[in-house]
Order: sequence, then structure tokens, then C-alpha cells
Amino acid sequence: MFDFSPQELTAIALSLKVAGTATVISLPLAIFVAYALARWRFPGHAALNALIHLPLVMPPVVTGFVLLLLLGRKAPLGHFLAEYLGIVFAFRWTGAALAAAVMSLPLMIRPIRLSFESIDERLGQASRSLGADPLWTFFLVTLPLAAPGVIVGAILGFAKALGEFGATITFVSNIPGETQTIPAAIYSLTQTPDGDADALRLAAVSAVIAIAALIVSEMLQKRADATRAGK
Amino acid sequence: MIAVDGVRLRRGDFELSASFASKARILALYGPSGSGKTTLAHLVAGLAAPDEGHIAVNGAALVDTAARLFVAPEKRRISLVFQDALLFPHLDVKTNIVFGRFFTPVAERRVPFDAVVETLGVAHLLRRRPGTLSGGERQRVGLARALLCSPRLLVMDEPMASLDFDRRQEIMALIERLRDEFVIPILLVSHAADEILRLADEVVALERGRIVAQGLPSETIAAASRAVEGGRFSVVSALNARAGAFDPRYGVTRLAHPSGEIVIAARVADGERPVRALIKATDVALARRAPSETSIRTVLEGVIRSIDEDEGPLAFVQIGLKNGDVLTASVTRLSVAEMNLTIGGPVFALVKSVALDERELGAGMSRD
Repeated sequence: MFDFSPQELTAIALSLKVAGTATVISLPLAIFVAYALARWRFPGHAALNALIHLPLVMPPVVTGFVLLLLLGRKAPLGHFLAEYLGIVFAFRWTGAALAAAVMSLPLMIRPIRLSFESIDERLGQASRSLGADPLWTFFLVTLPLAAPGVIVGAILGFAKALGEFGATITFVSNIPGETQTIPAAIYSLTQTPDGDADALRLAAVSAVIAIAALIVSEMLQKRADATRAGK
Repeated sequence: MIAVDGVRLRRGDFELSASFASKARILALYGPSGSGKTTLAHLVAGLAAPDEGHIAVNGAALVDTAARLFVAPEKRRISLVFQDALLFPHLDVKTNIVFGRFFTPVAERRVPFDAVVETLGVAHLLRRRPGTLSGGERQRVGLARALLCSPRLLVMDEPMASLDFDRRQEIMALIERLRDEFVIPILLVSHAADEILRLADEVVALERGRIVAQGLPSETIAAASRAVEGGRFSVVSALNARAGAFDPRYGVTRLAHPSGEIVIAARVADGERPVRALIKATDVALARRAPSETSIRTVLEGVIRSIDEDEGPLAFVQIGLKNGDVLTASVTRLSVAEMNLTIGGPVFALVKSVALDERELGAGMSRD
């Protein structure tokens, strides 16, 4: 049953590449924003919080459309990036990764922020009084203690990126081998006669990847929780 | 040497305003909760910034609002010991202990690892994780961690408040050893009179954000407690004495004091050594002449230094003893009047021996 066609294998490999890249790109940003929202009071706090959550509540197609307007070939920003930095998003797998990153960011930030908020701030004070500046304190104390939330956020974000469809197809279309991820391939298969069996197989693959990710996150989280409790 | 000058801090309803200077080896900040003693310690350590004022430790200015100076806490080399130790839960004990040393310039690492581990008895804990330690163990590790920064000043914020009685005695003894072995000045924040009487050389007493008294522990604590309602029960005097031999026949120990013998209904360990006896003001009765045929064995002769009374029924009488110790007695104003007690007059203090307890004796310390 699981003898995949080259096109399906390409879609699976592409999906993993897109979701992996999206997670790696958005995780540092998610950690930074989560920390800022959890620990800092600054003007625009509420606005930043709302902006981050927009992709979660807007129709994905709208998010994809906004990306197209901002970063399409003819858009000023997209033109600038392509011309001077050689970065092209439109109709490339990088665009699929960017759309997936934008869509998964709010899902990543929430658990990481909760993790930061649950850490006793006085541990940071202890670290400072022992001579560690704020950056050392962050990397030696705060971030390791937030590890459970970071793991959950990363896995959630990865799963979301893997399943992202609406924003991706609007922004970078559905090009086999370039932007056709598993969900887009499933969609295409359901549009062809006799494609249901193949669609089902790809659906099974995405379920397996998602469940594997959950199991890995569960294992990592248990270990991180034990470490954090000081056991 | 700590110098706090014109420091003000306002947070909502609370306002702290403090100026003091001290060269004490162990300076205590004493007061009830909400008095601002922890805030003041945090200002010294740099965990909070005052609205205005000047703070210096060992001559180095750390805060000077007029000159827009604020030294970051990690640059002050003032380490903290917290009530609940606040060990880093994700690091093992050894990594916790060397955390601060890692950030200490090599030339300034004058506190040796082995000596600290030895003195605090944490060698067998090094590979454990903080979550598996008992309260006393955690506090010892917290002390080790703070010491290994070779700090200019050690700030202890209620370090014994969450420990049981025996653990407190143990930690107090350790703090005395640290003070002597590693020669690091200590700022001790505490609301417990017994801790301060045993450990501190000098006390700054706070009440509602203001300094109400500063001076020697026994006098300052008595003065500060009188200001508080119900405070007469916590007025305690500390007397410097020498432990003598244990009398197994009656189960008592005699302490030698220049003003008379102090009898304790318990065994004092370690034989002859200087000790401090703690006596509650409510356990002291007064007599004009040396009493005879009384059940009380501890009679101390002294001179009345002050009589502190107001509209209430009670008065506090301070008695100067022959070695300079001050013993406070809580008696009724009626007694003061009918006995015709006057300042400068001789008096005999009768101390119920049962009020003294071996466990209330701190290891003696010389006052300089």
C-alpha cells in the first residue's frame, strides 16, 4: 500500500523541509516575543499581543493575501528583497515556509509565554546578584526553566506548519516540487478522478508525522518538567 | 561599611525613607513585615532603584541619583541569600554553588571552593538536585553559592524564616563561622529578635518605612519592640556571660556574670566558653534590696539607667550591669511608683531561672 509515487515522495519531503524551516525561523522570534509579553511592560504591549494573534483569528486565505500584497514580486518590499538581497518568496518553497511560520507563530508564543510567566522572577534576581548580566541570566536560568513551554510551542508550531494550507496556497500557489506540500497535494488529488486512494495514503502519512511529533514532545516535556522541578 | 544617605522610594501607599551608616561586621535590619527592611536590602543589592538618594558600600558609590549613577546588581559583587534559598532548580548543587564564581574575576576569587564546601558541610550533596534537598540543606547550599562569589557584602534576607528550631540554630552557628573564617561583612534582614541578638553587632530598626532606632542589638530591639503593641512579650535582653560547670546533682548549669550568677535549668554543652544569655523582659522582677529566702536563683545587681513609661499600666526599666550589659525588665507603673524606683538607683533583678534555656544561648562573641 505504501509504495509512494515520486510526486508523493516529493510532497512529503517538501512538507518536512517547509515545516522544519518555518519552525527554526519562528522559534527564536516566538521566544523573544513571548519573553517581552511576559516580562516587559512597554507602550504597545496590547497592540503587539493582538498583532501576534491576528493570523489565528483571520481567515488563512486573508493572511496569505496580505503576504502576497507585501512580498509578491511586484510589491515594493518583495521587489526590494529580490533585487538587493536575492531573497524571493513568491512561488518558492521559501514562501511556503514563511507562510507556515506566520501561521504557527501565535500557537508557539502562547505556551512559551505561559512558561516564562510561571518562573519565579526572583530566580533572575538571584542570578543577577551572583554576577550574571541579563543576557547570561536569560540563557543560563530563564530559558532552561522555560524549556517545557518551548518544547510544546515548537511541536505545536511544527504540526501547524505541516498542516498549513490556506495561506500557503494563496501566497505561493500549488506547484509540485516547489510549493506543493502534503495538504496541497491531498487537495489536488481529491480534485482528480480516482485520486481518493492516493489522498487517503497521504492523509495517513500526515497523521503519522503528527502523532510522532506529539510522542516526541511528550517525552521531551517529561524530562524537562523533571529537570525544572529540580529532581 | 554601608552608607545609605537620603534614600527615598515610593511604591503606591508605601514610602521608604532612610539614612544610616554602619561599620558593623554583621548589621541587622530589623522590623515587622511591611516595615521596608527587605526593600532597603534590595536597594543596597541593586534589585531595586530608589527615587532619590545615595548608597555606598566599602566606600564605592553604587547609587547616586543626583549623579544619575546606578550600578547594575551583577556589577556590585553583593550576593544574596534568600528565605527560600532560591536555588536554580535545573542545575545540580555543584553547578549552583559555582554559578557566581564563574562570573567573579579570577583575581578576586579569594574564597576557596574546598573551604566553603567543608565549612557548610555540603560535600555529600554536590551531585544532588535542589528539589531533593531538605530546607536546611537548601539554605546551606544557598550560603555556599553566595559565598563563592567572594562578595564585598553578603545580604541575607530572612535566611532562617522557613526553618524549624534546630535548623535555625545550625544555620546561625554557620553564619558565625562564615563571618569569622571568610571575613565578609553581612547585612542580615530579620524580624526575629533572637537571631539578631545572637548574630548582629549593630541593628537598624525600621517601622513603616522609617528608621526608628539604631545601635547595639539589645538596646535597639528593646526600644523598637516597646513601640509596638504587645511588644513587651518580645523584649529580650542579651547578657554576655561565661558558661561554668554543669551540676549533675540538680541538672543546672551556672553561668558566671560580673553582676551575679545566672542559673540555667539545663545542660550547656561544650563546657567553659563565652555565651550570651537571653532574658525576656517579662521574666524579670525587681527588688530594692538583695532578697533572701526566694526560689529565684538568678539575682543580678545593677543600676537603673532609664525608666520608660507612658499612659499605659506598664513600664520598662533598663538596668545597667557591671560589664556594660543592659537588662530590660517589664514591670507595672504601680511598682515603679510604690518602690520609688529612680534613675541611678541600685536595684536587684530577679530572673526566673526557668526562663533561661540552653537552646536560647548563642555561641558567645566578643564585641569590639
